[in-house]
Amino acid sequence: MERLRRNPQLQAWLILAIPVAFILIFFMAPLLIVFIYSFLERGKYGGVEWAFTLENIRRVFDPLYFKTFLRSAYIAIVTTLITLALGYPLAYFIAKSPPKRRGMLMFALMIPFWTNFLIRTYAWVMLLRTHTGLINVTLTNWGVIDKPLPLYGNDFAIILGLVYGWLPVMVLPIYAALERLDESLLEAARDLYASSSKAFWRVTWPLSLPGVAAGAMLVFIPSLGAFVTPAILGGGKSLMIGNIISNQFLGAHDWPFGSALSMVMMVAMLVATLFYFKWTKKTEATT
Amino acid sequence: MSRKTTPTASSDTWERIKAQFGNWSLTTYGILGFAFLYVPIVILVIFSFNDARSISKWAGFTTEWYGKMFRDGQIMLSIWNSLFLAIVSTIIATILGTLVALGLERYNFKGKTAVDSMFYLPVIIPDIAMAIMLLLFFNMSGIGFTPWKVTFFGTKLAVPYSVIIGHVAFNTSFVAIVVRARLTQMDRTLEEAANDLYANAWQTFRRITLPMLMPGIIGGALLAFTLSLDDFVITFFTSGAGFNTLPVRVFGMIKKGVTPKINAVSTLMLAVSLTLVVISILLSKRSDDGGSVKMGF
Amino acid sequence: MQRKHLFALIAILLIAMMAVTACGGKTPEAKPATEAPKKEEAKPTEAPKKEEAKPTEAPKKEEPKEAEVKPADEIVVYNWSDYVAPEMYELFTEKTGIKISEDNFSSNEDLLAKLQGGATGYAVIVPSDYTVSIMIEEGLLQELNHDNIPNLKNLDPEFTKLYYDPGNKYCVPYLWGTTGIGYNTEQMETPPASWKQIFNTTEEDAWFGRFTLLDDVREVFSAALIYLGYDNNTKDEAKLEEAKQVLIAAKKGVAGYDTDNYEDLVGAGENLLAHGWNGDFLQAADEYENIDYYIPEEGGTIWIDNMCIPQGITPEQKLAAEMYINFVLDPEIGDLLGEYNYYASPNAETLKIADPEYTSNPLVFPPDEIRAKLHFIKPLGEFESVYQRMWDEVKSAQ
Repeated sequence: MERLRRNPQLQAWLILAIPVAFILIFFMAPLLIVFIYSFLERGKYGGVEWAFTLENIRRVFDPLYFKTFLRSAYIAIVTTLITLALGYPLAYFIAKSPPKRRGMLMFALMIPFWTNFLIRTYAWVMLLRTHTGLINVTLTNWGVIDKPLPLYGNDFAIILGLVYGWLPVMVLPIYAALERLDESLLEAARDLYASSSKAFWRVTWPLSLPGVAAGAMLVFIPSLGAFVTPAILGGGKSLMIGNIISNQFLGAHDWPFGSALSMVMMVAMLVATLFYFKWTKKTEATT
Repeated sequence: MSRKTTPTASSDTWERIKAQFGNWSLTTYGILGFAFLYVPIVILVIFSFNDARSISKWAGFTTEWYGKMFRDGQIMLSIWNSLFLAIVSTIIATILGTLVALGLERYNFKGKTAVDSMFYLPVIIPDIAMAIMLLLFFNMSGIGFTPWKVTFFGTKLAVPYSVIIGHVAFNTSFVAIVVRARLTQMDRTLEEAANDLYANAWQTFRRITLPMLMPGIIGGALLAFTLSLDDFVITFFTSGAGFNTLPVRVFGMIKKGVTPKINAVSTLMLAVSLTLVVISILLSKRSDDGGSVKMGF
Repeated sequence: MQRKHLFALIAILLIAMMAVTACGGKTPEAKPATEAPKKEEAKPTEAPKKEEAKPTEAPKKEEPKEAEVKPADEIVVYNWSDYVAPEMYELFTEKTGIKISEDNFSSNEDLLAKLQGGATGYAVIVPSDYTVSIMIEEGLLQELNHDNIPNLKNLDPEFTKLYYDPGNKYCVPYLWGTTGIGYNTEQMETPPASWKQIFNTTEEDAWFGRFTLLDDVREVFSAALIYLGYDNNTKDEAKLEEAKQVLIAAKKGVAGYDTDNYEDLVGAGENLLAHGWNGDFLQAADEYENIDYYIPEEGGTIWIDNMCIPQGITPEQKLAAEMYINFVLDPEIGDLLGEYNYYASPNAETLKIADPEYTSNPLVFPPDEIRAKLHFIKPLGEFESVYQRMWDEVKSAQ
């Protein structure tokens, strides 16, 4: 027991043993399969032929896929920024609410997402459709507009759908970080004659950064790979990287290429994530 | 530092007005924010009463879909499966995720970056790739997909271990990220004080760290539960024949069969959750203080 | 204290909800999840072999055993949603005592990927024609024992000579249909009669920006290739490139690519036209009453959905599956089925007893001159990647 107390390395490994073992067996091992598949040849209708090839990796860098990746990244970035802009004040609102109410508000935040995803998305379609959508029909009937607004089948709808779906995921970590915020720090700032906006930017915001960073990552990455929401709300007219990967496994029966695309995307994201976290840790340290 | 160093009465009042305005606009924003979240929900609930098979063209009021829903054994079973799966995988993922957060945030050790990166992967990987790789893995390793039969207090349960494993695999990382965000934030002086007062590691953890961490842990659990409940791709590919969760059933119905019955199902789940919230509000009004540990003096 | 109460309450309410769902609905339904495992304990060890097991000799070894086999108590059918007439399963259970539960998939690709990945436990699957072709080649299906399916004689002879399974060794046709255009009769009197008009649409056309195409690479490319007068299963990249250009040019007038809701959108008046399947439109016409369907001048596609038996189930389940297939081939059941969803029955006996309104409906049973313009979609092996890539290019064009 004493040895445990004095050896933090041992403590760390003890704490991490079970989760690491779990992820090694049930994630890394399967991932190895996908990794290996990237270097094999495709089977005629799916599956693989056991022959080594680098062709799949080479194909990943084809301009078409790169273009699609950039477009998905664009959608994901815009989504993340908007979600952050909308989600931060919401998190703040909940964190500033009386303690008893916070739990309820958190639940109230998540509850809409315990309904079925498809129905929720179709409800948005119903609202946004051009000629028979509730919004356009109501606005036209009230004489507010002459021609229907293009709210559906375009980037606006896609981003709206993604922001809607990921808003709670942005709010959660920011709330978790803000809730811990020590009021006395803010009081001290005010005592030093800081205006409330200065107090916010110099005290609250930096302390909430870990939450912001977590939220941004948890929203950006899934948005990057999203394809069902864009398919339904974008009218299927826009191609996302998630579609491409999914199509390889399903439509094109090309599992090695789908695996290669996934692997390359994951490596890129991992590198970006690690840099991102190093950067936020640095910014935190200097504020 | 070009600011005035002495406060005047008017600047004080101005600050107070700004503060009031700030509070008011924050509350308004909060209300608007929640309204935004509930807009499609309102529509969804309304259409559960639609007197037609369509979920987008209103044709009149009826409650027949609720009757149909309760009589539909398959749908009821899939709701049960979804809840069971979500609860079990959330519990496991929350425990594992919290351990991960603690281990990675509080300690430095050789190979930390590798372990750190490893836990980001489930968040980064595209759904379909993870689903297919799990499918292949369960198949190749002989682990299989058919649920374990377990008798629990006289009722037979089917435990879909393959799906649970899949869900725990991605949820652990989500929980870890949320808990870490909170952990980074946490002030360690209380824990140090406890140590100085001769509390051992376990006591410190149980009485100081864990309660302070709770909002993060609960947040992570909530997130995991929600993600699990709504998951389609991974569940679809890792379920054995005959095991369906609600999303799998509903997606299977996309081609044609998405009727207001599904709206009724969603409304039911909504109603239950909202009841929970209302009851806890009532409960909290009766007991004395709020549950969270505040450090303010 | 308060938090503990909250947790306890949450736990109680969740358990209550689960109890309601467990008791709600007919209780027999709750069993499939628990009983199916009994039959499948042997499966995990068989499944790994599938990766290499391409030859079809394996199924033949089981036939001698089947003579002593009794059918399983219950089976799982893997089917498209809403693709059986409501009473069908109950009638089957009444007749044979075998219980059936149904899982759904919503695309041939999902079905194929799942089976290729090693999923087992489904006694009957319902893939479309070209997917059957692929599955036979991949060794995913078991041969049918025709002794257990005497009703095969009811099939219209042309359905025993399918290009993908001559002699019905592996599958039995279930329903067939066509792919064409549905339109809103209230808002549009004269729809565009040809693909030419649709693909060359300009802003002057009423349907510009008001029509959808299927979100399906092969169906849409078939339409473009048929319009250009080419074989819709061509492997000629130059022709494919031409088709791709047609689709990219047409994209500006497309409101969306939709495989799931297109008929709803037409019925509701959101769109004027949609590329889609005849049965879907006819079913929607029941509800909306303002939908009609046709095949454009240049032609369309025809498809057949089939019942097959996959690998990886016990002989008892296979027998039960064959009994079910036999049951579906019963003339009256075929009638129930066809008239329920407006797709065409391949059962000659059914056509003799069915409602004339159904059998003489040219939208369900197209006349010969239209039949001549309908083409099957056939699998293309590795060339599918080329189609997929072209499709990706169309989808990402701005």
